[in-house]
Amino acid sequence: MKAPALRKKIETSAMSRRSFLRWGALVGGSAASAGKLKRPGRGKAAGRPPAQELSSDVRIVRTGCPSHNCGGRCVLKVYVRDNKVVRIEGDDRPTDGIEDPQLRPCIRGRAYRRRQDHPDRLKYPLKRVGKRGEGRFERISWDEALDRIASEFERIKKAYGNAAFYVPYGTGSYNQVNGRQTAQRFMNLYGGSLGFYNSYSWACISAATPTVYGTGVTGNQRQDWLNAKYILMWSWNPAEMRDGTNSEYFVRKARERGARVVCIDPRMTLSAVALADEWVPIRPGTDAAMMSAMAYVMITEDLTDKDFVRTHCVGFDETQMPVGSSGAESYKDYILGRRDGVPKTPGWAEGITGVPGATIARLAREYATTKPGVLYQGYGMQRRAYGEQVVRAGCVLAAITGNVGVPGGWASGIALQAPDGGPFWLVFPTGQNPVKAVIPSFLWTEAVVRGKGMGPEDGVTGVERLETSIKCIWAVACNALINQHGNVNRTARILADEKLVEFLLVQDNFLTPTGRFADILLPVCTQFETWGLEDGWKYGDEVILMPQVVPAPFETKSDYRICADIAGRLGFEEAYTEGRDERGWTEWALDRYRRTRFPGLPTLAEMLEANRGVYSVPVTKPAVAFADFRRDPQKFPLPTPSGKIEIFSKRLHDLNKPETIPAVPKYIQEWESPFGAEAQKYPLQLVGHHYLSRVHSTLENIDWLEEAFPQRLFLNPADAAARKIRNGDPVRVWNDRGTTVVRCRVTPRIMPGVVALPQGAWWTPDAQGVDRRGSVNILSSERWTPFAFGNAQHTIMVQVAKAEGG
Amino acid sequence: MVRQYGFHFNAAACSGCKACQVACKDHNDLTGGIIWRRVYEVAGGGWEKAGGLWVPKVAAYNVSMACNHCEVVVCGLACPTKAIWKRDDGIVLIDDSRCIGCRYCEWACPYSAIRYDAATNLVSKCTFCVEEIDSGRPPACVTSCPLRALDFGDIDELRKKYGQVDRVVPLPDPEATKPALVITPHKDTAEAEKRGAEVINWEEV
Repeated sequence: MKAPALRKKIETSAMSRRSFLRWGALVGGSAASAGKLKRPGRGKAAGRPPAQELSSDVRIVRTGCPSHNCGGRCVLKVYVRDNKVVRIEGDDRPTDGIEDPQLRPCIRGRAYRRRQDHPDRLKYPLKRVGKRGEGRFERISWDEALDRIASEFERIKKAYGNAAFYVPYGTGSYNQVNGRQTAQRFMNLYGGSLGFYNSYSWACISAATPTVYGTGVTGNQRQDWLNAKYILMWSWNPAEMRDGTNSEYFVRKARERGARVVCIDPRMTLSAVALADEWVPIRPGTDAAMMSAMAYVMITEDLTDKDFVRTHCVGFDETQMPVGSSGAESYKDYILGRRDGVPKTPGWAEGITGVPGATIARLAREYATTKPGVLYQGYGMQRRAYGEQVVRAGCVLAAITGNVGVPGGWASGIALQAPDGGPFWLVFPTGQNPVKAVIPSFLWTEAVVRGKGMGPEDGVTGVERLETSIKCIWAVACNALINQHGNVNRTARILADEKLVEFLLVQDNFLTPTGRFADILLPVCTQFETWGLEDGWKYGDEVILMPQVVPAPFETKSDYRICADIAGRLGFEEAYTEGRDERGWTEWALDRYRRTRFPGLPTLAEMLEANRGVYSVPVTKPAVAFADFRRDPQKFPLPTPSGKIEIFSKRLHDLNKPETIPAVPKYIQEWESPFGAEAQKYPLQLVGHHYLSRVHSTLENIDWLEEAFPQRLFLNPADAAARKIRNGDPVRVWNDRGTTVVRCRVTPRIMPGVVALPQGAWWTPDAQGVDRRGSVNILSSERWTPFAFGNAQHTIMVQVAKAEGG
Repeated sequence: MVRQYGFHFNAAACSGCKACQVACKDHNDLTGGIIWRRVYEVAGGGWEKAGGLWVPKVAAYNVSMACNHCEVVVCGLACPTKAIWKRDDGIVLIDDSRCIGCRYCEWACPYSAIRYDAATNLVSKCTFCVEEIDSGRPPACVTSCPLRALDFGDIDELRKKYGQVDRVVPLPDPEATKPALVITPHKDTAEAEKRGAEVINWEEV
């Protein structure tokens, strides 16, 4: 054990605990008054001089917190001395009002210099020397690396065509001039590459929301939450995953203004503790059952907004079925059990969800009568088998209670910000992809193994059938090839086969589990070391400048520069760069923002001079999604086939897959479930929640974060006792797909029958193939959802036992 | 004493995200496992089976705590070398040059505020970011909180603004040291006390 770790252990287990346990007992009182302890007469310092004297040799640069695809976008005030980051503070704009609050970073941003100065950072280009995946590399020159890449690209292009190239989903670097889009621009100029759609974050919610509303722009600006009287945080945990900087703060403010807040989640999350009046634990994957039962209560107790349903919705009951669907099962038919003989009563849902029927009924009445109200849908519950259903079910509850299009209400669904979907997410010009074939992002292993011939049944669009499998993968800021994809052991077998993917190029800051499989591994500088720009992401009308804070060390380069260099080898560097460097593109992106969405945005020179970090537009009159449609549904119809809210979707009906893609939202038992035969062997449901110590798999290796939130399996005392597991024990977690060993935390803050393993920990197999780090995707599946072709990575059944010998 | 600086902690708003802890570590360069501001996760109660269903009877909240710069400086009184002293504004500091690493102060402090570093054989603790205070700026933890759950100032002013509570379960009796601390309790505090609440994240603090 290393010295600091040992010291830490001694401290936490012995000293601190010893003295802490005395809390509650009276310490020997003393009558000594405050003034008796005077400053010592000698000694050079008045107290430990803890904080560095930050004098004139320190530069201050305000910048964006490096975008690693958390949901927040925050401002960092970075102190630099001798080209080294010596301190990081947060947004220090003098005002912090509700209309434009400070963008305060969480621990991930505050701890960033531990990543910046990390000894494990990649420093030089590497080439693989062992078998693929062994993780053995040898240092090479940039010239050798670029020559090899150029020749492999040319070989593959000639042998298989451009559709054999793939630049996968990867979100480790999300600002405008860094990350995977730089490689996509390269590919588009090079003849294209196989495209993808949707994401690992919200595949189901982005596909299912438009089936109800015709659009994903279903969210009000968040300041409007202060008008809400009731907020259901359903599977939503903004304090941990940061779904928009300040979302948790807005909920706090709404609550202070009198909103009642209820959190529905299998875990008593940080948000549940800080923001909610009530926590309602629910069995994972059963939310649609509870929503259906709430609808049952609303319908049978006459609590729906009948006028709104009549004028603004279709498919609620048999009187308003879309043309061509008359006679089909309406939503009301389903809820009342008119066709299947199963009324979706609270009692029915109780057995499925584990939530007492009386609680379900009470929440239904509260939400239906305490208006306006927000039913905010988090994304965890849609990264599951049939995740489409829960999205549609939540939207329907918002609709039948008439909470759509009103201040303080909320339409549910993906909730991109009104009126225009929020700031643009990508202004960096990737250009047009000449390859028309597009796959769902989660099906890339299919496109490797059996790509040629894949078609619409696998979600392929743009072409009838794929003409080639993927032969070359270029992973930029992407650890989703191994670590974040379902079923790591399977993916590792696929990638290890050099006959399938013939060339695998990886660019990253660290040797990630994905990087272990690289043929060529390129060292990328951090976002502090180049130029960039980020916007408010899903919420927040801001643009944050990310100027270069310190020079790129060693032989690291930006993603952009690497792409430009490869383009140079292949003769189109000028077309790629258009004469701009990273700073030039940052300026270009700023101009583009100014021309499109932020007319008041200052120039680059002005922003640098002001050094505020952020340009923001205060929200004084928060926009409300669907306000026009609410006022006049004839004049402002929705972009749905019917122009109305589609409780019943004819489009889904016509797919003719009622068991998996019903036309009205239904509860469907998951393919791995506590109610299935698999539960005999694997009785516990496992969720891989977001954790404050990482953004997905980024920041995995940061000591301050691991110290604050160590990687643990969380389980309830009842499940622990049944397995003779004690708090802190190493435990083995396994199913048919794999095994991981990790220490546990026994906590009452999770419901019995459910265990939680924070997602993103790096796959660390031992000689037997057992993961030793608690990497959740050892256990998850590659199976996709029926409509969105999305990941269902939280649908996992496992068994847990105390690990022998740790 | 010209004043007594203190902290206000709003347990009702704290999520336990530890932005304060890490802001403190960054500001004060605390490596090697030293944590000055810690966040204690407090929980009481458990689950009961009712009619075949597991029902939670769990009360939980967080306590973010650094040094309370107490009026009765028990750490200083325990120090054989008089290395611990209190400024006119109430801030309690440790003089490194006098510290001999005996750790008596650590034993004396009922809040576990004092941290021993074996590498240097010195103890250390929250300084209230004294150099910031002296420059008219707030302590690092206060401005870091995403939920704006921390405040600081003259303790009399804080008490006027936020009330008199300076103890929630499982903090020690404040009579012992008279901490310069005001707490806005979480709604579940009484319930937690009733259910025997305790710290459940010992390994993190």
